[in-house]
Amino acid sequence: MDATTILKNAFDKQNSNSTQLGAFHAENWNNFSTWGLPAIKHEEWKYTRIRNVFNDKMIVNNASGLDAAGVQQYFLPGQLAKNAIVFINGVYNTSLSSIAEAEETLVVKSLATAAEDEDAEFVKTNLGHSQRYHQDGINALNAAFAAGGVYIKVKKGKKVEHPVVIYHIADASVGFIFSQPRILVNAEQAAEVVILETYKKIGNDDSLTNEVIEICAGQDAIVNYIKIQDEGKGSNHTGTTHIRQFAKCVTHAVTLTLSGNIVRNNLNMVMEAANSESHMYGLYLLNGETLADNHTIVDNQQPNCLSNELYKGIMDEKSTGVFNGKIFVRQDAQKTNAYQSNKNILIGDSASANTKPQLEIFADDVKCSHGCTIGKLDQDAMFYLKARGISELNARALLLHAFAVDILDQIKDEEIRNYADRLISERLSYEF
Amino acid sequence: MLKIENLQARIEEKEILKGINLDIKPGEIHAIMGPNGSGKSTLASVLAGREDYEVTGGKVDFMGKDLLEMAPEDRAKEGLFLAFQYPVEIPGVSTTNFIKAAVNEKRKYQGLEALDAAQFLKIMKEKMKMVEINQSLLSRSLNEGFSGGEKKRNEIFQMAMLEPKLAILDETDSGLDIDALRIVANGVNQLRSKDNAFLVVTHYQRLLDYIVPDFVHVLYNGRIVRSGTKELALELEEKGYDFIKAEVEATNA
Repeated sequence: MDATTILKNAFDKQNSNSTQLGAFHAENWNNFSTWGLPAIKHEEWKYTRIRNVFNDKMIVNNASGLDAAGVQQYFLPGQLAKNAIVFINGVYNTSLSSIAEAEETLVVKSLATAAEDEDAEFVKTNLGHSQRYHQDGINALNAAFAAGGVYIKVKKGKKVEHPVVIYHIADASVGFIFSQPRILVNAEQAAEVVILETYKKIGNDDSLTNEVIEICAGQDAIVNYIKIQDEGKGSNHTGTTHIRQFAKCVTHAVTLTLSGNIVRNNLNMVMEAANSESHMYGLYLLNGETLADNHTIVDNQQPNCLSNELYKGIMDEKSTGVFNGKIFVRQDAQKTNAYQSNKNILIGDSASANTKPQLEIFADDVKCSHGCTIGKLDQDAMFYLKARGISELNARALLLHAFAVDILDQIKDEEIRNYADRLISERLSYEF
Repeated sequence: MLKIENLQARIEEKEILKGINLDIKPGEIHAIMGPNGSGKSTLASVLAGREDYEVTGGKVDFMGKDLLEMAPEDRAKEGLFLAFQYPVEIPGVSTTNFIKAAVNEKRKYQGLEALDAAQFLKIMKEKMKMVEINQSLLSRSLNEGFSGGEKKRNEIFQMAMLEPKLAILDETDSGLDIDALRIVANGVNQLRSKDNAFLVVTHYQRLLDYIVPDFVHVLYNGRIVRSGTKELALELEEKGYDFIKAEVEATNA
């Protein structure tokens, strides 16, 4: 059976228990059939051969034998296990998830439930908005299979005390596992939340996770989003994080990519209201043959908004880093301040970096800047450290850590920052 | 301690050191003086192991070992220290963490236990007093935004922490006002012992009022053309480098 037949069979078997979602799935299966999987001649997928990842051994939405103990061993320590949302093979698992926060602040339920209860209208209006920016088979394919998704609501004026951590577990112990998690977040007016997504592949076979998370932020909301990718060899990822600002608010995203086979992240900040602020930071620290492709979009639609973006990459061995940063400034978005920067260090002789800023400005009174660099480690700094007796390896680790620290510092939650720092230090084999 | 024989080095195609001979014994302070472009800083860099320079001849023995065969980090761990003329700014690396890494790597090399946080802090406090440097500077990124004087004091502080056998000061006096110069010199004088040695590279005699050398050598055009005691430095100060140049030219003619 080829991949398309496997997907079609899985689609036919799917039952969402929701008429609203059923219609959404059907529409998107049609979209997928029309658009197909992007080939490298598709400008947005130029460096990322995603078609090759789809294969005739894929297992879709397979149940896993993992129990609570099996899952909890992957939970992060301390406060990061308090609000745990667990996806197994792309399907939200209620019984393995646990939410410490009270319901008057944080509501977590399946997307199928939300599509039929008092949140039905919200789901109807907002689910699938990201497709306006990604008219491709990858986004549509996720939408066609969104039955196992989750809906997260942070209620008006409430602050979620501990980070909401979404654990994506792909159990590839029975074969190549294809997961498609779907998440819709509703941060209501003046709500405040930190959301962390982490990924874990278990088992010896490979995997592909194709995710879409759509986050809606209401007036005066503060949404901090962190995505940490360190799934190791054999795991592939295509993910879209789509953040909308309904009214004046602040959104902040940090994306860390440390390993994987092919990793593609889309991050969109849609600034629909005046006086908003959005921040986008990313670090890709790659080795082996990992390809990490970060595509970002900032869409400034209204006046007086500020967006700031900094992505940094370190490529060792045969790894490849791709950065593509689009900034739209629409005609009404006067007095926009939009900044973008992408900095890369190549260490491996066969490593490569591709970077492309793309600014489309239709307003005439704006401040926009962009810049990108690709370089090597600073040799004067290396010599200075070595001249103090610090070994080549540690000198390199110190400098690379220093390069990465700008991004790490952007993670405001201390536990998450320490966790991320530990991953980075381990990778650089250095204790700081 | 350090024996340099007929050392020759070049950068790209340019010959800079054309046969240096120098013998430094424990407890001694040697000063290298000379006009701009004579090769003073090249000598310091070659000894520390900077890879931009290619050694084309000669040998250097450092406490019984072939210095030129050693990697820069091993030279440092064996007890060689270079105080940089232009200390490098390294954003994101805290000065304290950097020095701790350096001290502990050296200790590991010597087969000693790494210092724990408390021991390290205690030693650091002693040495901070010696070079009149304060804590706030050390918690900042290495040399980032430091004034010229602060950078040089930081070099001497690192030297105090690492307790080298041989310290090379490469124009440590350049860009220093008289107070900073005094602090730097005090640091050196306190570290001075019968077991260690200093090679002070300078353009001006001024520093040598504070760090009194046992020997003064004049480097010109890649060679040591005169050696003497501290009086030679005073003579240079009075007459300028021109008389040396004239002497050398006369000999060559």
